[in-house]
Amino acid sequence: MTPNVAQSTALPPDPSKAVDPATVPLRERLASQLQRRGAPAVLVLVVAIASVNSSTFPTWGNISTILVGNNFVWLLALGMTFVIITGGIDLSVGSMYALGGVLGAYGAQHSGSLMALLLPLAVGAAWGTMQGLLVARAAMAPFIVTLAGLLGARGLMQAISNEGGTTYLVPKNSFFASLGSGTWVPLIILAVLFALGALLLARTRFGATLTAMGGNENAAVLMGLPVARAKVLVYMLSGTLAAAAGALGAARLQSGVTTIGVGYELTAIASVVIGGTLLTGGSGSVGGTLSGVLLLGVIHNLIDSNFSQYGSAFTDTVNGGFLAVVVLLQTLLRRTQHLS
Amino acid sequence: MSSITWGRATLDRARIRHVLQEYGVYAALLLLFLVAVTLNTSFLSVGNMRAQLLQVTPVLVVALGMALVIGTEGIDLSVGAVIALAAAIVPLYLGYGFPGMLVVVLLAGAASGAVSGTMVAFARVQPIVATLALMIGLRGLANIINGNAGKPVTDSTVAALGTGNLLGIPVMTWVAAGGVALVGLLVRRTTFGRQLVAIGDNRQASRLAGLPVRRVLVTVYVISGVLAALAGVMLVGYSAESDPSTVGLNYELSAITAVVVGGTPLTGGRVRVLGTVAGALFMQLISAVLQQHNIHQSYQQIIEAAIICFAVYAAQERGTR
Amino acid sequence: MAQQDPTTRGDRVLEVTGVSKSFAGVHALRGVDFELCPGEVHALIGENGAGKSTLIKVMTGVYRPDAGRIRFAGEERHFGNPLEAQAAGLSTIYQEVNLVPLMSVARNLYLGREPRRFGVVDVRRMNRDSAETLARYGVEVDVTRPLRSLGLGAQQMVALARAVQIEARAVIMDEPTSSLEPREVETLFSVIRELKRQSIAVVYVSHRLDELYAICDRVTVLRDGEVVHTGEMAGLERLQLISLMLGRTMSAVRDKGSTAFDTARHHKREGVPALRATGLTVRHRLHDVSLEIHAGEVLGLGGLLGAGRSETAKAVIGALAAESGTVEVAGKPMRRRSPAAAIRAGVVMLPEDRKVEGIIPNLSVRENISLAVLPRLSRAGLVSRARQDEIVDLFMERLRIKASGPHQKVCDLSGGNQQKVMLARWLCLNPKVLLLDEPTRGIDVGAKAEVQALIDELAGDGMGVLLISSDLEELIEGANRVVVLKDGRVVGELEGDGVTEHGLMDALSSAPEPAAGPEQATAEEHQEHEG
Repeated sequence: MTPNVAQSTALPPDPSKAVDPATVPLRERLASQLQRRGAPAVLVLVVAIASVNSSTFPTWGNISTILVGNNFVWLLALGMTFVIITGGIDLSVGSMYALGGVLGAYGAQHSGSLMALLLPLAVGAAWGTMQGLLVARAAMAPFIVTLAGLLGARGLMQAISNEGGTTYLVPKNSFFASLGSGTWVPLIILAVLFALGALLLARTRFGATLTAMGGNENAAVLMGLPVARAKVLVYMLSGTLAAAAGALGAARLQSGVTTIGVGYELTAIASVVIGGTLLTGGSGSVGGTLSGVLLLGVIHNLIDSNFSQYGSAFTDTVNGGFLAVVVLLQTLLRRTQHLS
Repeated sequence: MSSITWGRATLDRARIRHVLQEYGVYAALLLLFLVAVTLNTSFLSVGNMRAQLLQVTPVLVVALGMALVIGTEGIDLSVGAVIALAAAIVPLYLGYGFPGMLVVVLLAGAASGAVSGTMVAFARVQPIVATLALMIGLRGLANIINGNAGKPVTDSTVAALGTGNLLGIPVMTWVAAGGVALVGLLVRRTTFGRQLVAIGDNRQASRLAGLPVRRVLVTVYVISGVLAALAGVMLVGYSAESDPSTVGLNYELSAITAVVVGGTPLTGGRVRVLGTVAGALFMQLISAVLQQHNIHQSYQQIIEAAIICFAVYAAQERGTR
Repeated sequence: MAQQDPTTRGDRVLEVTGVSKSFAGVHALRGVDFELCPGEVHALIGENGAGKSTLIKVMTGVYRPDAGRIRFAGEERHFGNPLEAQAAGLSTIYQEVNLVPLMSVARNLYLGREPRRFGVVDVRRMNRDSAETLARYGVEVDVTRPLRSLGLGAQQMVALARAVQIEARAVIMDEPTSSLEPREVETLFSVIRELKRQSIAVVYVSHRLDELYAICDRVTVLRDGEVVHTGEMAGLERLQLISLMLGRTMSAVRDKGSTAFDTARHHKREGVPALRATGLTVRHRLHDVSLEIHAGEVLGLGGLLGAGRSETAKAVIGALAAESGTVEVAGKPMRRRSPAAAIRAGVVMLPEDRKVEGIIPNLSVRENISLAVLPRLSRAGLVSRARQDEIVDLFMERLRIKASGPHQKVCDLSGGNQQKVMLARWLCLNPKVLLLDEPTRGIDVGAKAEVQALIDELAGDGMGVLLISSDLEELIEGANRVVVLKDGRVVGELEGDGVTEHGLMDALSSAPEPAAGPEQATAEEHQEHEG
């Protein structure tokens, strides 16, 4: 119902009676800026330093490795942004990724590219909806529901793949395989999905509802927003994206690998939080998450090239440390902003 | 007249629900045990019983700490990583003898818990995030310490802890039993334990009553870290090697499952120590029964997931939240 | 203000007839009649528990009335929820700004009704329209900034603009000015006058008497769930209004009251006060509040809702952070105030809201009573069951706590017994000073009398007691002296023979409202204190 501006109360503007907005102290403004622009700033800094110090870093080959070498795992962070902004969490995305991959490969091997895409999307949507219903209707904590989802989805994945024994293969020349191969197609897919996601969150009523729910659920209900429905939808979105990511990842690897996905949800959460989205919900952006995944990707890349003897262990340590620092900053800043 | 009968009927339903919530897990455990034995009489064999105990004990030890943390309305996702860290430290300090090594390992666990606890209590970071950060970081650290490879550990005491038996029952189970007794005592009879429970039930009222809320919170995470480290030593003894990339994987999930199935509410205010034991045994039995009947691991996981959901749903207080 | 008398208009916007509502046997509303005419500003006042918020919830559809009818815009309506009410034209703005603090002002204004272009929110138009709308309310702000960066006054304006945008016929304003600066209040009043011009009716709920006299046409006074007066605002004297709210006829001064206090008890102040608070200031809540409590004395803290009584008690023990002010216990200053430190110094407080701040619901009576004194009952960390039983039994008997046993869960007890458990918890600590915030609220008559007699006894034994009570009779008969608070300031003190209901009401009605308000609050600070 678009409001009729003409019907609003008319009051002759009286400058003497204007209400001053509170002059926001410098500290608070700094804090807010840091939260929003911290990740991109650090990203730029790290990239700059790396480019200066290394000849291999700023090459297209290296950059493309960073951008598409993640095998669409970045999409998990995209979906996670939506869930976290409502104040919830989705721990099942790692398992959904693996499940989506196996389903995609299965579809590609036994049917065709259409099934390879439809099957994971359908299962992801169904699984996500189921989780969403438990959260919205049975009022169960998202943490527990998606934890159970993590286990269940992994189980389902293993059941389909004969306890991990069968690795379905994606036919090399299929349309499905082409979605994941090379550099440009995956890159475009990622870019389009992130752009759509950003649009959805920032520029639609649905996105506004999600953000409002996370910011003040009571107020959102009182304002007439369809909170329960949005909850179900957001988990459906997360599940579908995760499964799609897995399917596309399988297309790239040309097989449904059954041993991946473990712990991916944690990296997704870390990326989202580092990107400036508050874990308590109500504030965040897809752009922030993009900075988060890029930053973690760059760090991973740097460690891989320079500290390869430690391998992923070092990445993990750095990631963990990063997350801790960011989260501490967020909490401390929140306190200066009198938010808790 | 009708209101009286109606009243009584509601009372009965509430009582039934209450009884189910309190004793459901024990009944289910007993039932499951009977089913397991009926389906396969060799289940009762010494060898099998011992094997079951060896598998469930480390989970139980971690779950004890987890139950305490959950009792304060918190969560500790870092326990698996602490196990990995402990495993990495074991070979390094064996040179100081078993007691020396044990002290260092437990201290490491305590330190990790102290970091989590401080973040939660003083910086007011949410438990899930604080322990998540540690979870990610610590396992990486453990792998670095170990140079990314598994190391064989052949110390006899460690092996005894891991695989030895005393009076027919595994040594680690004796240790765990001691742990259960201690934690049970802690929760029921100590000032700390009672304060912990009060803080989980109503933090604001506890604060107004002068309880040392922050101190209790930090301590609870420290205990969780120490217990996880202990479990790490047990696991190293059991497998005779220290491989931080695989040891303790998903232990946080198993521990949380045991606690939740055992009836400890996620909303805090109550710690069911015996329930946690029952929960851990129950999940172990499920796994064992399914395995023995060649039900695939995959279905096991699905069943586990369903059990968790059911347990949490059943334990929820209707309408109070 | 010359305007036509709205009551002569035949068509009522809202008509509430004979509405009753009870909760678990307790009457919140009894046969309430209320009517609202187009273009009138109708004050709805009453003390805590009088039924104001219940009435509003019934009107807006949060509750269904047990009896009675509601007619809105001529039709009999029973709204299912506040959204329905809003859609029909009955909007509400609350004391807490029910908007989303982290989202921008423009978004908040249009949440759920954003202007769209090609299916996507037209942000530019939304911003432009918001800025225009708010400018009409005299709010010139950057609408892209988060809501919480605005002062509370501006936030209330946004809430009001949102409430009115949807073709409203009536707006209910629940304590809209509690954290506003006088300048902002004036702006609010201009808006309300504009609403009147558009024949939009306003239900104005507030305890600030000066405001009511400034803006309202008629007034309805609620007390104990019943309407005790409806009529013109102009013809009602302040003293009369207060006495209606508090339920005292002005002439009657009773010799012997109906409380269990020993009204003949006198007290002589001598020596160092058991507790002395000086200059307590809490932003937007207290301003330079000082008081003294002597051993054996019951000091009453009187005032209307929102005067700052609970805040004073909380500030004394350190549960509420004070900007300035000192507290001395028996002459020794308390340096860092916190509930734990206060307990150590011998000062304890019974909180107002026992459900939220008092009982540990799932623990037993035994555990609740011994909660604060546990460290003293333990040796080497282990709680001594024997000592615990001893102290619990002692107090259960002394306070006559009725439970099936010390092991019964506290949440299963009646209100009166829960309150006694709380009292026992504090008395276990053998305090020197006891701050009681509404000790007999929500408990049955019998328990009330027991608690009152206990207070007498404790004072007689030498304890210093601070008594906060909305029950005027209880306050007057229980206290030796009364300090009167209004809007966070001490406005009077009653002693000896001056401790009467009339004296209290006099102090309240003749005190001027504060001229220069405290600094503008930002939302978070407001929420911090509200929380």
